[in-house]
Amino acid sequence: MHIVVPLKQSPDLVEELEVNAEGNDIDRQGLKLQVSEWDEQALEEALCLKEASGANVTAITADWGGADLVLFTALAKGADRALKLVGDFSTTMLDNHRLARALASTVEQLGANLVLTGVQSVEDLDGQIPVLLAAMLGWPHVSVVTGVELTADAAQVKQEHSGGLVAELEVKLPAVLGVQAARRAPRYAPVSKVRQMQKGAKLEQLSVAAQDAGSGLKVRRVFKPQVAARAEILEGTAEEIAAKLLAVLRERGLSL
Amino acid sequence: MTGDVYVVVEHWNGTIAEVSFELLGLGRQLAQASGGKLHALVLGPEAKEVAAACGAADVTICVEHDALAGFSPEAHITQLAAILKDRSPAFTLVSNTSKGMDVAPALAVALKVPVVTNVAAVAVNDGAIVATSQLYGGKIAVEAELAGGRAVLSLLAGAFPADHGKSAGAGAIETVVPAAQLGGSRVAFKRLIEAEASDVDISKQEILVTVGRGIQDKDNLPVVQELADALGCPLCASRPLVDAGWLPKSRQVGKSGVTVKPKIYLAIGLSGAPEHVQGMKDATTIIAVNSDPKAPIFDVAHFGVVADLFDVVPALTEKVRELRG
Amino acid sequence: MPIEKEKLLSVEPARIHEHEHLVLEGSDISGHWNRMFEQRVLWDYTPDLLGKITALEGGESLGWCYQCGKCVGVCPVDVVGDYGPRKIFRKVQSGTDLFTSDDLWLCTTCMNCLRVCPKEVDMVKIMPAVREQAMLEGNVPAELQDAFEKTAKYGNPLGEPARKRADWTRDAGVEVPIVAKTGKPVDLLWWVECYPAYHPRGKEAARALARTLVALGVDFGIIGIEEKCVADSQRLAGEKGLFESLAEENIKTLRNYQFRRLMVTDPHAYNAFRNEYPRYGGSYEVVHYTQLLAPLMSKIEWKKELRYKVTFHDPCYLGRHNGEYEAPRAILKAIPGLELVEMFRCRQNGYCCGGGGGGMWLDGFNTQHLRERLSERRVREAVEVGAEVLAVCCPFEVSRFEDAVKSTGNEGKLLVRDIVELMDEARRAA
Ligand SMILES: Cc1cc2nc3c(=O)[nH]c(=O)nc-3n(C[C@H](O)[C@H](O)[C@H](O)COP(=O)(O)OP(=O)(O)OC[C@H]3O[C@@H](n4cnc5c(N)ncnc54)[C@H](O)[C@@H]3O)c2cc1C
Ligand code: SF4
Ligand code: SF4
Repeated sequence: MHIVVPLKQSPDLVEELEVNAEGNDIDRQGLKLQVSEWDEQALEEALCLKEASGANVTAITADWGGADLVLFTALAKGADRALKLVGDFSTTMLDNHRLARALASTVEQLGANLVLTGVQSVEDLDGQIPVLLAAMLGWPHVSVVTGVELTADAAQVKQEHSGGLVAELEVKLPAVLGVQAARRAPRYAPVSKVRQMQKGAKLEQLSVAAQDAGSGLKVRRVFKPQVAARAEILEGTAEEIAAKLLAVLRERGLSL
Repeated sequence: MTGDVYVVVEHWNGTIAEVSFELLGLGRQLAQASGGKLHALVLGPEAKEVAAACGAADVTICVEHDALAGFSPEAHITQLAAILKDRSPAFTLVSNTSKGMDVAPALAVALKVPVVTNVAAVAVNDGAIVATSQLYGGKIAVEAELAGGRAVLSLLAGAFPADHGKSAGAGAIETVVPAAQLGGSRVAFKRLIEAEASDVDISKQEILVTVGRGIQDKDNLPVVQELADALGCPLCASRPLVDAGWLPKSRQVGKSGVTVKPKIYLAIGLSGAPEHVQGMKDATTIIAVNSDPKAPIFDVAHFGVVADLFDVVPALTEKVRELRG
Repeated sequence: MPIEKEKLLSVEPARIHEHEHLVLEGSDISGHWNRMFEQRVLWDYTPDLLGKITALEGGESLGWCYQCGKCVGVCPVDVVGDYGPRKIFRKVQSGTDLFTSDDLWLCTTCMNCLRVCPKEVDMVKIMPAVREQAMLEGNVPAELQDAFEKTAKYGNPLGEPARKRADWTRDAGVEVPIVAKTGKPVDLLWWVECYPAYHPRGKEAARALARTLVALGVDFGIIGIEEKCVADSQRLAGEKGLFESLAEENIKTLRNYQFRRLMVTDPHAYNAFRNEYPRYGGSYEVVHYTQLLAPLMSKIEWKKELRYKVTFHDPCYLGRHNGEYEAPRAILKAIPGLELVEMFRCRQNGYCCGGGGGGMWLDGFNTQHLRERLSERRVREAVEVGAEVLAVCCPFEVSRFEDAVKSTGNEGKLLVRDIVELMDEARRAA
C-alpha cells in the first residue's frame, strides 16, 4: 500500500494579511506560510494507517516557502519518503488547478494506491485540491473524510455532513480522499528529531513541467472586508436586542 | 451556450436542505439577469417528493434511481455531468457543503468550465460576471471574473436569503432516465449514522453557546442550556464552571481546554480572560453578552450586548423557538 | 564486621537469622537490637523500570534515593496532591512506568526537594530527561504539545505573531528604544520574554518597568521582533531540541548588538541565561530587573504612599534556583507606606505557583490529579496572613494568581501586582 500525502503551504492566519499594491492578491512578501491544517490531518491519518496496517507514506510538497522544513518534519513524524516538486509554481490564489495537475502527474509516476490530502485550504478560489486531483486522475474521491480503514483493494471511509450526520462509504482503490479530521490529533514532531532529519535524511526532488494555470478565472480585486476594531454594541430593550441578535445569527449563517 | 442556471438541490432521504433554497433564490436572480431559465436538479429515489419544494425553479429535473440513494460522489457526478454536458448552462450552482465540495470541482473538470469556491456574492455587471469569495477564514474577499461567462459556483451557506428560493408555485417536472452507466461502481454509499450525542466534539461545531461565571449559580444553567437547545448546539463553559463540575471538561473552551472555531460563538457572562480568548478568537462571528461594558470580551467580539444575561438570553431563546416553530 | 554478610547471603537466605546473643571482639553485646528475622521478599518486581530512568543522562540520581521521605514534606505538589521524589521512586520500584505515567508531568521542577535531599536526588534533571524520552515516543499531553508547537512556529508559547512582539511598547507612555532601530550600544539590553510581551497582564508590568527605567535614566533598549522565547520551561518540560534551536538563534541575535549587561523580566530566562546558555556559547552578565532596581531605590522620588499590607511570593527560579531572595524585598521595603508580611512558606522554602517546568501549559492536565491548583493554595496562604496585595516578580505569576484569586472566591480581598507595578504606582502622582 503506497499512500501519497500532498502538503500544501498556505498563509498562516495568525499573521495579519495585507492586500498587495496592485490590489489583485494578498501581499506575499514576507508572508508566513504553514502546512494547511487539513493537510496536517491527512498526514496524521496516513501515519495512523501505516501503523495500523502497514503502508508506505510519501509526503510531497511544492518547492516554495519552507518546503524543506515541511518535508523534514513529515519524515520526523514517520513518513517513509519525502518528495519536493520543483518547477514553475507562481504562488497566487489561482493555483489549485496548476498544483493539482502537477500532483496528478506525480502521483501517476509514483504509482500510489491512495492519496490523502486536506479537504480544503484557506485559499481555495478555483476548487479544492483533492477533487480536482481525482478528476484529473480519473480516480474516485470522497471529501470531508473523518475516518479511513483499509482493506486490500478498498477503503471504508466516513464522510461528515452538516447536522451531525456521518455517512459510511466504500471506495475502490486507487482513490483520493479529502481529509477533514484524522482519528487523533496530529502528532508532535520533536525538534531534535526534525534536526536529526535535517542532518541525515535525504529529500527527493522531482521536476514537473510548467503547468498551464487553466482555472479560467481572473482576479479583479482583492480587499479586506470592513471589520470594526471593537464589538458593535446592540442596544434596546431585551426584546429589541433579542430581535437584533436573531438577525445577526441568521445573517451569519444560522439556518433556521 | 444558454443563459440557463442550474441548481443542484441537496437533500437527505427526501428532506430538502435549507441551503438549497438560498441557491434557488440566487439562481432566480441570475437567470433573470442572463435571460435564461432556472432549473433545479434533484437526484435520488425521492426526487419527485423533493421537486415539490422547488417551486421557485422553472423546471425541476428529477433523476430517480435506487443507486442514487444516500450520497455517492461518483454516481452523482456522473449523472449531473451527463445531464449538463449538452445543455451548456451559464451557471451551475452548488452549495459549499460536504456534498457540494465533492461535486463542484469535479463537475467543473467534466464540463470544462471554471469553478469558483467559497462564493458569498455574485453580480452581473456590463456582461461581466463577478463572483466574490471569502477566503482566508473570511479575512480577505476576492472578486473573480468569469472570462468565458460560464462556471460552476460553490456557494457558502448562509450568504444568501433563503426566502427568495421558497415559492408556493409549481414549475414543470422533467424526468430524466439515469445515464446508462450509473457510475456507482467505485464508490458505494453504505449507510448514514447519527454522530453519538454523548461524544460531541465542540471543536467541530458550527455554533456554540458558552457560559461563564456571570451565570452565578448551577441552578441558573437552564437559562443558557435552553438557548443552546433552541439553537441545536452544545453548551460550553469557561474554566471556573468546569472546575466546579457544572459541565464536563470536554466542554471547556480555552488554552487548557478545547480550541474552537465555530461560525458563531455566543459568549454569555464571561469576561474574556486571555486564557479563554486563546481558545475561541478564531470563531467567524463572536457575540458577547456581558453586564460590564469594560469586559475585555468586547475587544474580540464582533457584536456585543451590554445587559443582564438573565434578561436577554430568555428573550433570545424565545425568538429562536418562534422561528423554529 | 561481625556478620559475614556475603557468606550468609550465599546460603539459603530464607533460613538465616541472627540471635540476640552476640559477642563482638570479646565483648558481649547481646540485646534485642541484634535480633534479625528471616529474610523476606520485600518486592516482586524487576529493577528494569528504575534502570530505564537511571540509564538516562540526567536520570541517574533517582537510583540514589534511600526513601528517607524528607522531600515529600516540602514538595508543593504533595501539599495539594500525592507526590514527591520518594513516592515516585517507590512507585517506579513497584511497577509504575514513569515514561507513560501521568505522574511524569506533575513536577514543576521547583527544586525544593533537592534542597533537603541527603542523597541529592535531582528532579530538575530527572524529569526533563524522562520527559524527553516520553515526548520522542509521542507521549505528550495535548496542552503541552500545543505550547511546544506554538513556540516552534512563532517563537512564543502563546501563538502570537512574531511581528507583534514589541507592540506593548506603544501604550507605555515613554519611548522604549529598540536597538535594531537605534543602532546604538546600550548599557542594559532588556530581554522582555513572551508573557510580558504578549499577555495582557504581563504587558502592564512591562510598561510599568519601561516607565521606571526611563524615570531612573537607565541607558537601555529592547530587541523587539527578533527576540524569541528563551524556552527554559520548554526544556524542563522535555523539549530539549526546541530549547537548543532557540538558544542558538537567540545567541546569534544577541551577537548583533552591543550591550554591557542583559536584564531579564523573567526568572526562567534568568536561569537559562545564567546556567544554560554559556554551554551553547552565550555568556552574559545577567541581572533580574529586581536586582537592577534594588540598589537604585534611593534615587526614586516617591509621590504616593502605598498603605497596603503586602506579601511576597518568591519565584522558584529566582530564589531557590539562583539564590536571590533579597532584591525583591529590598524594593518592597523601600516603597513608602507599604507593610511587608511574610507567608509561612517563603524564601528557601517558598511555595511554587505551579507554572514552572511546563506547568504553565498543563493546567487542565494537572488539575485532574490535584485537589486544588498550587496557585490557589498560594493565594489562600496570602489571604491567611492578612495581605491585601500579593506581590510577584515573575511574568507567569500575575495571570496565574489573578485567576486563582477569582477561583478561590477572594476577589476584592486580594490584589495581585508585579513589584514594578507597585513601584510605578508609588512613583507617579495619584
Ligand atoms: C494557566 C491557565 C489556564 C487557563 N485555562 C483556561 C481555559 O482553558 N479556559 C478558560 O475559560 N479559562 C482558563 N483560565 C482561567 C481564566 O484566566 C479566567 O479566570 C476564566 O476564563 C474566567 O472565567 P469567566 O470569564 O467565566 O469568569 P469572570 O472572569 O469572573 O467573568 C464573569 C463575567 O460575567 C459578567 N457578568 C456577571 N453577571 C452577569 C450578568 N448577570 N449578566 C451578564 N454578565 C454578567 C461579569 O461582568 C464578568 O465579566 C486559565 C487560567 C490559567 C492561569
Ligand atoms: S522539584 Fe518540586 S515539584 Fe518536583 S518533586 Fe521536587 S519538590 Fe516536588
Ligand atoms: S529526600 Fe532524597 S533520599 Fe530522601 S526520599 Fe526524598 S529523594 Fe529519596
